[in-house]
Amino acid sequence: MSRFSTPNPQLNELGKIKHFLTLEGLKQHHLVEILDTAESFINPKTDEIKKVPILRGKTIMNLFFEPSTRTRTTFEIAENRLSADVASLDIATSATKKGESLLDTLWNLQAMQADMFVIRHAESGAAHFFAQHVAPHVHVLNAGDGQHAHPTQAMLDMFTIRKHKGDVFDLKVAIVGDVLHSRVVRSQIQALSILEAREIRVIGPKTLMPTHPEAMGVHYYDNIEEGLNDVDVIIMVRLQNERMKSALIPSEKEFFKLYGLTEKRLALAKPDAIVMHPGPINRGVEIDSAVADGPQSVILQQVTYGIAVRMAVMAIIMSNSAQLAQHQSEQASLELEELAALNPTSENPTVEKA
Amino acid sequence: MRLAVNNARVIDPSQNLDEITNLYISRGRIVGIGQQAPEGFTANQEIDATNKWVLPGLVDLQARLGEPGNNFAGSIESETRAAVAGGITSLCCPPDTSPVNDSQAVTELIQRRARQAATAFVMPIGALTQGLEGQRLSGMYSLKQAGCVALSQANQPIQNAMNMKNALEYAVGQDLVVMLRCEDQQLKNNGVAHSGPVSSRLGLVANPVSSETTALARDLILVEEAGIRAHFSQLSCARSIEMIAEAKKRGLPVTCDVAIHQFHLSEMDLLGFNSLFNVSPPLRSMQDKNALQTGLKMGTIDAVVSDHTPLEKDDKLLPFGESKPGISGLETLLPLLLKLVNEYDLDLMTAVRSVTQGPAEILGLNIGNLDVGNTADFSIIDPNATWTLESETMISEGKNSPFIGWEFTGLVEQTYFQGRPVYRNNQI
Repeated sequence: MSRFSTPNPQLNELGKIKHFLTLEGLKQHHLVEILDTAESFINPKTDEIKKVPILRGKTIMNLFFEPSTRTRTTFEIAENRLSADVASLDIATSATKKGESLLDTLWNLQAMQADMFVIRHAESGAAHFFAQHVAPHVHVLNAGDGQHAHPTQAMLDMFTIRKHKGDVFDLKVAIVGDVLHSRVVRSQIQALSILEAREIRVIGPKTLMPTHPEAMGVHYYDNIEEGLNDVDVIIMVRLQNERMKSALIPSEKEFFKLYGLTEKRLALAKPDAIVMHPGPINRGVEIDSAVADGPQSVILQQVTYGIAVRMAVMAIIMSNSAQLAQHQSEQASLELEELAALNPTSENPTVEKA
Repeated sequence: MRLAVNNARVIDPSQNLDEITNLYISRGRIVGIGQQAPEGFTANQEIDATNKWVLPGLVDLQARLGEPGNNFAGSIESETRAAVAGGITSLCCPPDTSPVNDSQAVTELIQRRARQAATAFVMPIGALTQGLEGQRLSGMYSLKQAGCVALSQANQPIQNAMNMKNALEYAVGQDLVVMLRCEDQQLKNNGVAHSGPVSSRLGLVANPVSSETTALARDLILVEEAGIRAHFSQLSCARSIEMIAEAKKRGLPVTCDVAIHQFHLSEMDLLGFNSLFNVSPPLRSMQDKNALQTGLKMGTIDAVVSDHTPLEKDDKLLPFGESKPGISGLETLLPLLLKLVNEYDLDLMTAVRSVTQGPAEILGLNIGNLDVGNTADFSIIDPNATWTLESETMISEGKNSPFIGWEFTGLVEQTYFQGRPVYRNNQI
């Protein structure tokens, strides 16, 4: 029974990224390639991102089954900078329940010559599901699925860390807030592990933590003062309003008292520690304005880097696809040559030409 | 017609019988077991079952048959054919049909369709509350009159403790076994995966063990207070089995069953988000799985059920959390039990008892045995044949099985219901 050893559905037969669904199962070289490629899109002097013709003639469809403004916008900008043809669709989940099945929707759009789908969906595992059912030449990029993964967001965070710290290797990173419901945090933890951060800590009340944080390779702290001690990077997570309604925490005020990032608490980290936040921030809930706007905050840079990182992922996927096609045609002609060598009498015009 | 099945290893836990002998059937009934045919018996058909087993027709306490309504795939006709292909000749169908089986009319419809199909003995379970809504009590006396063998809430346990108490106290007078599933909806919190390392990693909404154990604790107390015979369905975790063992030790008239897939699968199978592994209650941890296996070996678990839930293809063609839970399980109940015997050291007699004598005693019915005088419901098994489950050859209209591709040892060759052959494996 091979049910525990199924091959990674994200990789093609050459071991290169085909779909970008989650960071789990990817190797360090995959991540470094993304970071290096993103770097190459940014003008080192001006921080500008130029338009490049890499994806000219390719069609990318952004399918948002869940509302999003920032992620969708940065994807659209990234796609335009790569010169792709872009179509964005907001598909209310109710529409798919009106008789048209989810897969029918997908296959219809696929028939409109899509080369890549960028998908956001409220169900964990949705991106895996779509990747299983698209045509072999179509690629799926996960822009957030339920509480499972948001790999491009995590990669832009790694990019930001690398920009400021040179490398992720050996860093101590603290993630503060709602870990339980956050797909971003799950992906960040995987990215940090793959890039060999020294220690990953998660900080917050037990009600906002998954039952088994150790299964994610992190250390859990319920006390923020202890958790922030001596860290290089602090990642704050946005607190959703629903968490109060479902009785997971008492109030925003109490949360800020217990876990809000203030200047005093920031002083417990290393002096050159950076503060990150995937945005949009709740001032006075998870983070004090003085910290958010302070010298150690890199929050707005994250947004800019998001464009470059998303460009990098899409460019790599399409170039891997071209490489695979090249490889396959070479294999095919090799096989033909072998065949011709075995039967020298048979006349094969294509081999003769070659 | 007089049939003799010769030289078979005949296994019947209710008689503590396990020997190589002959089985004699006349006019649809078992007329004798032994080397010598009963006086005056001359067979006009003989089956040589050397190296084969004969088992009583199995009893399944929980199998959805697709009718009435569109909640599930298939029909009573198709699903009873799937049942006998798995050696099952008696099955209980839970009340989560559409409309809900909370009235004589629905009970009678099910029985009529089953009689028309004439493939297996179908025993309807009536709803404990109207529409399974957990509020108003159903007409339990009428349901019993119509032929319901038990009462249950299917997969929708009563949440309100007062209503539960009243339902149990009213049911005492009806002398029907009450089958309870334990799940606190608030603690379940729409969870689709066991609350553990895998749900933490995959970000699937977690359903903790406590959703089952707190409800079980409540129900055990209410059952004791009401003084009713109660059966707990589809338990999924180690702690629940401990609680049942304690209750039995205290002398409470309680029994329990576990769905067969819980002995073979665990939360680990969810890696990859395959919606075929979406079941309710969810697949638990490896420790829970091992504890369930031990509970079966020790006899704490009285019955094993298929929890057969045939679904349409589209019901599973969705992301994990949006797919419908359930496994089409009639055809793999016995094969998976035999796998426990072959690979996990389960005693064969205990395994067979859990799908014959065990469930029959829970229902208080004279089925699932090979007693002389009883209707001849039995199957002939080739214990050495190996085969692979394939979706194309599944008889159930629901092809939603995570066991497709699994290899099994032990094949149902023929099944007889009321002395008539209702299934023959055409591979022979």
